[in-house]
Amino acid sequence: MAELTYREAVARGIAQEMSRDPDVVFLGEDVAKAGGVFKATVGLYEQFGPLRVRDTPISEQAILGAAMGAAMTGLKPIAEIMFSDFIAVCFDYIANEFPKSRYMSNGQTKCPLVVRTGNGAGSRFGAQHSQSVENWCMMIPGLKVVAPSTPRDVIGLLAAAVRDPDPVIFFEHKSLYAVKGEVPDGEIVDTLGTAKIVRPGKDATILALALMVPRALAAAEKLQSEHGIDVEVIDVRSLVPLDTQTILNSVGRTHRLFTVEENPRLCGWGAEIVSIVADEAFYDLDGPPVRITTPHIPLPAADILEDVVLPTVDRIAETVKRSLNS
Amino acid sequence: MKPSKQSTSGGLNDDIGETKRLALYRSQVRLREAEQRAFDLFLQNLVKGTSHLSLGQEAIAAGFAEAMQKGDLSFCTYRGHAHTLARGVPVEKVLGELMQRDNGLMRGKGGSMHLTSEEHGVMGSYAIIGAHLPIACGAAWRAQYKGHKDVSVCFFGDGTTNIGAFHEALNFAVVWKLPVVFVCENNLYMEYTPISEVTAVPHPAADRAAAYGLERIIIDGNDADVVYRTAQAAFAKARAGEGPTLIECLTYRHSGHSRADPAKYRPEGELEKWKERDPVIVYRERLKQFGVSEDTIAGIDAEVRREVDDATEACKAAPMPQLDILTTDVYADGGWAWRN
Repeated sequence: MAELTYREAVARGIAQEMSRDPDVVFLGEDVAKAGGVFKATVGLYEQFGPLRVRDTPISEQAILGAAMGAAMTGLKPIAEIMFSDFIAVCFDYIANEFPKSRYMSNGQTKCPLVVRTGNGAGSRFGAQHSQSVENWCMMIPGLKVVAPSTPRDVIGLLAAAVRDPDPVIFFEHKSLYAVKGEVPDGEIVDTLGTAKIVRPGKDATILALALMVPRALAAAEKLQSEHGIDVEVIDVRSLVPLDTQTILNSVGRTHRLFTVEENPRLCGWGAEIVSIVADEAFYDLDGPPVRITTPHIPLPAADILEDVVLPTVDRIAETVKRSLNS
Repeated sequence: MKPSKQSTSGGLNDDIGETKRLALYRSQVRLREAEQRAFDLFLQNLVKGTSHLSLGQEAIAAGFAEAMQKGDLSFCTYRGHAHTLARGVPVEKVLGELMQRDNGLMRGKGGSMHLTSEEHGVMGSYAIIGAHLPIACGAAWRAQYKGHKDVSVCFFGDGTTNIGAFHEALNFAVVWKLPVVFVCENNLYMEYTPISEVTAVPHPAADRAAAYGLERIIIDGNDADVVYRTAQAAFAKARAGEGPTLIECLTYRHSGHSRADPAKYRPEGELEKWKERDPVIVYRERLKQFGVSEDTIAGIDAEVRREVDDATEACKAAPMPQLDILTTDVYADGGWAWRN
C-alpha cells in the first residue's frame, strides 16, 4: 500500500497498462518530454521511449483522428486532450467518428481508445479552461464516460478503460491532481459501470462525481455531526455505462435522492438519473429528488466568484437538511 | 520552393504492361457502369436518401486501387462508391447498401455515404469533410509502429483543403514521417461553388504542399496510367519509410454534387469540354493504340455490364433490413445498453 497523488496515479495507471500490452501507445501535447502540463505523465517517456509516448503538435483533431485510425487498425491508444474545454475543438471525433463507426459499419469497425482529459474548475482559469464537460459526451450513443474521484480509482478505472473495446472518455479532475490517497500495491483493474457506495447511510442518498465526491462526503459528515442526519454517498464513477441498480437500491433504502453536479444546470447528468429514478422508483421516494448544480452561467475566474459557483460542502449540507425538514 | 511536377501520359510508354492496362480499363468501366446504374436506380426511386456520384473521376480510384497491395488501407469520403468498388468490393454489396437492402455492405445501417469493407481494406467513407485525414494518419502510425509495410491512402475533394483537419493532418504526417498518401481529387467544385472562388491559391492541395515541406504534385487525374504511376511512386516512398505524399489530381465530375443537384451553376460548354477527356474513353483509345482488339474491349464491357445487371437484379430481389439489427453494434458487446 502506497500513498499517491491523483496525478501520480494517472502515470501509474498508464504505466501499468503500457507494461502489460505493447499495443498501448500514448500521445498528446507536452505529454512526453515535459511530463504533461499537470505533471500527470511524468516518467512515462523515460520508461517507454519515444515510439510509445509521443508529443504532438497543438492539433486536437489530429490527435483524436490519429488515435482513432490507430485503434481501428490494432493499437490501443491513449490520447490526451490537455483541458477538457478543448474537446470542443475536436468534437467531430467524439460525436461523429468514434461512436458511430461500429454501428454504421454494422460491426466491422472497432475503436478501442481512451481520451484522457483535465476536467473541472477550482483553479481560477476562467470560462475556457475550467468547464466540466462530461455531459457533452454522455448523450452520445457509442461512447463510454468515466470520471474517477480517488487515486486508487484513477488506476482501476483507467485500466478498465484501456482494456475496454469501446471508445472511453476519461475525465480527470484538475482540482484533484494534488489530492493524496491510499493505493494498493500491484495491478488494479476495475469494471466500468460500477458505482461505489463510499459512505453508507439511511436517511438520504447523495450521488456525486469527481471533485464533488469529497465535498459530498464532507457534507455527509457535517449533516451527521450537526444534525444527526445519516446520508449515503455514492461515487457514480462512470456515467456510461451507468450503474443504475446501485442507485435504485440505495434510493429504495433511503427514500430521498440528491445529485451533486459540477455542471451548468441545464441537461446535466443528474437530470437523467432523476428521470430514471422517477420512472422506476417513484414510490420509493418520500420527497422530490433535488439537483445541486452550478448556475447556468460560464465559469468566472476570480476566486471569490468561482467559489460560489461550484456546489460547496455547506450548500450541499444545507440543501439536504432543508429538503429533509420540509 | 520545390519544382512542380506536371505529369502527362507523354505518348506511348509500355512500362505498365497489357495485363495491368486491361485491369485498369476493367476497373474504370466497372466504376462507370455501377455508378451509372446507381443513378438509374435513383430515377426509379430504388435508391433512397442522398448519393454523391463520381462519374468522370474513375481514373483516380482505379489508378490508385490498382497500385495498392493487399493490406493497404483506403479512406474515402461520402463520394466513395468508386473507391470502395475499386478495391474489389462486389457491385451487389455496394448497390445493396445504396438501395438500403439487407444484402448491402452494412445491411442498410450505413447508407451510401458510409461504405466500409474492412476485408477489402476499405476503412470507411467519412461524411464529415476532412475527418478522415487524421484517421488515415493514425492507421499509418500503426503501420510505422508495428513495422508493417502497408500504406494508408486517403482520398478527398478540393473542398477539403480549406478545413482545419487537412492542415493538421498534413503537418502531423510530415513530422511523424507517416506512410500515408493524401489524394486530392480536384474536380473544380466545392459542392456547388467553384473551388477557385473560395480558395486563396489556384491549386488547393498542391499549392499548400510547400507549407508542409512536401513536393508540389499535380497530375492529370483523367489518365489512369498517370495516376497509376504516380501512386506507385508515392507508395514506394511510403514503404521505404520516407513519409507522406500529397497528390492533386485534376478531374471533373460529370454530374452534380449530390442527387439533389442538377449542376446548373456550371458554365455552358464546360461539361462537354471535359467529356472529351472522359477517362473511360481516353483509356479505351489507348488500349487500341497498344493493339488491344475491339473484341477484347467489347468482351470486358459486356462482362462488366453483366456483373452490374446481375447485381441490380439481386438487390431488387433482396429483402429490406430486419428490424432486429436496429439496436445492434452500438457497443462492442453487440448491443446498445448504456446502463444496467
